[in-house]
Amino acid sequence: MGKYLARRLASILPTLFFVTVLIFGLQQLLPGDAAVVLAGEDQDPGVIAHLREKLHLDKPFPVRYAYWLGGVVQGDLGESLRIQKPVTELIVEKLPVTIQLAVMAMLIALVIGITAGVVSAVLKGTAWDYAANIFALWGLSTPNFWLGIMLILLFSVQLGWLPASGYVSPFEDLKANLAAMIMPAFVLGNAIAAVLMRHTRSAMLQVLNSDYVRTARAKGLHEHVVVLKHALRNALVPIITLGALEFGTLLSGAVLTEQVFSIPGFGKLIVDAVFNRDYAVVQGVVLFTATAYITLNLLADLAYFLVNPRMRG
Amino acid sequence: MKLRLAFCLLFLVSSVQAQTLRIGLAEDPDILDPSLARTFVGRIVFASLCDKLFDLDEKLAIVPQLATGYEWSADQKSLVIKLRSGVTFHDGEKFDAAAVKFNLERHKSMPGSNRRGELAVMSGVDVVDAQTVRLNLSAPFAPLLAVLTDRSGMMVSPKAAAAAGEKFGAAPVCSGPFRFVERVAQDRIVVERFANYWNKGAINFERIVYTPIVDATVRLANLRSGQFDFIERMAPSDVPGLKSDSRFKVARIVEIGYQGITINVGKSDQAQKNPLGKDPRVREAFELSLDRGAIVQVAMDGEAEVGNQWVAPTNRYYGKSAPIPKRDVARAKKLLAEAGVSNPSFTLMTPTTSDAQRIAQVVQAMAKEAGFDVKIQSTEFATSLNLADKGQFDAYMLAWSGRADPDGNLHTMLACKGPTNYAGYCKQDVEALITESRTSLDPAKRAQAYDRIAAQVSKDRPVIYLYHRNWLWAHNAKLTGLRTVPDGMVRVQGLKMN
Repeated sequence: MGKYLARRLASILPTLFFVTVLIFGLQQLLPGDAAVVLAGEDQDPGVIAHLREKLHLDKPFPVRYAYWLGGVVQGDLGESLRIQKPVTELIVEKLPVTIQLAVMAMLIALVIGITAGVVSAVLKGTAWDYAANIFALWGLSTPNFWLGIMLILLFSVQLGWLPASGYVSPFEDLKANLAAMIMPAFVLGNAIAAVLMRHTRSAMLQVLNSDYVRTARAKGLHEHVVVLKHALRNALVPIITLGALEFGTLLSGAVLTEQVFSIPGFGKLIVDAVFNRDYAVVQGVVLFTATAYITLNLLADLAYFLVNPRMRG
Repeated sequence: MKLRLAFCLLFLVSSVQAQTLRIGLAEDPDILDPSLARTFVGRIVFASLCDKLFDLDEKLAIVPQLATGYEWSADQKSLVIKLRSGVTFHDGEKFDAAAVKFNLERHKSMPGSNRRGELAVMSGVDVVDAQTVRLNLSAPFAPLLAVLTDRSGMMVSPKAAAAAGEKFGAAPVCSGPFRFVERVAQDRIVVERFANYWNKGAINFERIVYTPIVDATVRLANLRSGQFDFIERMAPSDVPGLKSDSRFKVARIVEIGYQGITINVGKSDQAQKNPLGKDPRVREAFELSLDRGAIVQVAMDGEAEVGNQWVAPTNRYYGKSAPIPKRDVARAKKLLAEAGVSNPSFTLMTPTTSDAQRIAQVVQAMAKEAGFDVKIQSTEFATSLNLADKGQFDAYMLAWSGRADPDGNLHTMLACKGPTNYAGYCKQDVEALITESRTSLDPAKRAQAYDRIAAQVSKDRPVIYLYHRNWLWAHNAKLTGLRTVPDGMVRVQGLKMN
């Protein structure tokens, strides 16, 4: 395992370097001049020239890349030109919000998705199975944006139970925080739960038909022990991979859901930055989320070892 | 006893809430530094933070704010401004003539300042005495007072500005009714009542929380669920639904800006490659194919005033010799036949918003009846600006948020070297008239100049002006004291929750 871990860790640095080139290079392909966009409605030529100089837009691509990478290596991701805040500060500000939303959404997805998947596989062909499949179809086919607005109209406008949007820090008021986060977390979790349910179901069906499960049953073990301890544990391997990928996606921000519920997370930050050509923010946040994604994948690989004894050898 | 305590607590909670005004904004503002700021929405936040030398009233008349009066010199090349006494900045610094000099010079000299263009004619500022300043100009400049009702007239604390340098916008210190508390990007901007405000009697809230929510439906849902007390720029289609709810009120005023179609008549070679840019008769035919009233009804739910100039027909500087032309498809077809093009085709570049799409589709359908083949090219804003700047377009649907003085809606778009002259329009007689309109302080003479400009521009059609939107605000019915000023700002003085 130590060797494996070392090999995986060694592959991270070149990957990250490649990511920086990709982020910076792709951004240059964005049409539109950042200085022109940031100069706003008035389009003062003096302002445009000043911004061009400040953003080093007058320098060739490799020089600009070197400026940026030099800063990144020293932990300086640059500054948002639109709102005059360091990018690292923006990341620190948004990260807890995004993490909380991702964790809550993932918990909802895991609880609903795995439970529905297991029930559907074990009770294959029954009404429960059909109900779980209909739920999955609904989750997969409902756009987040629409579901979000519908939930707001029901729970905030009609019933008045939950706030329509906004974010309150859990350290300020935990109850208000949970009230504000539950709807967006559900919207996000609902879609992922559907995917997880489908995968859990097929993985469980495969495992339940295998020889070792038959042996377990033949030993006279209780059905719930067979299902939960023997079958589910094995079926979890592909689900963990999927879960980690979905969680990584959540960490890069849930644009539409954040927009609807006005949750100040990464999604909103990056979309606004792209539209405003706030290059430093786009680069900084993408680099950060890419790093998080790579790390999560590594963790998922390590988790296989814990759930699947065969891989430890 | 417990019940009484509960009632007391409830009263306390509700009174604290009543002292906070929660405003839903349509966008997240940019830098909160009056010199560097660029966005319309930022000005809404400034309205509570930073007082200006002058302000606008509901009729667009210029009224004093931090100034108490002004006087032009005989040659109209200097403006003496008397200042209000007893005004302090949020950091306790005194507001006086030296502070005004500092601010105006900062607007002019700060790298990246967006105010430099507006104050280009200002050659220097003299401190006459503690409460009097003199602005020296290189030439008479009629829009100057109007310019000082916007960000150029906003005064920041010289001490705080000098200390913070270009980071000032992260925690602005001004002299407005509210002082800056915190900003969480894309989440909220919080300001609290400034105890030493010179006009504190007009302030009835302890705090204001500005929250940007881009989607109009979600912004409205927040108002309806009680999260907001006030929202700006509601969608016109949402107005009828809210009218039936007595808990809310809708306020509206026609904007000072406009919505129009800019035509590439000389920005690049592309102008000559397209019949629309090449031949004024084709542009006239295109305009005659449009029914502005129907566009406003269909695409804007009637929430706009039709227009054909850079100012609305109700504006005192509207050129009466160029009235709004009526739709005339037969004449449009005749003009196209005269021009020798029976089925002209051109691309209309539009923003990606659903409003813009709707308008473009209505325009497309109307123009088709006259024989035009309009191709809609929905383009992301940053890209469209770039294409417009390079002249890579035939026609471009563009809105302008407007300035109080008509010059602000005209000069930068139609003067030969105007930075947003995307049409590439340049006519010496119009140029001379624009110069005359901005250098004459006599309203009658200015009106005459604008009338002549309107007559010419409406023939040349570098821009086909369509309408002027209503600023649509929705608010809690208990909120009183709202002043509807055409610049679209939310003035907090006098606002009260009953």
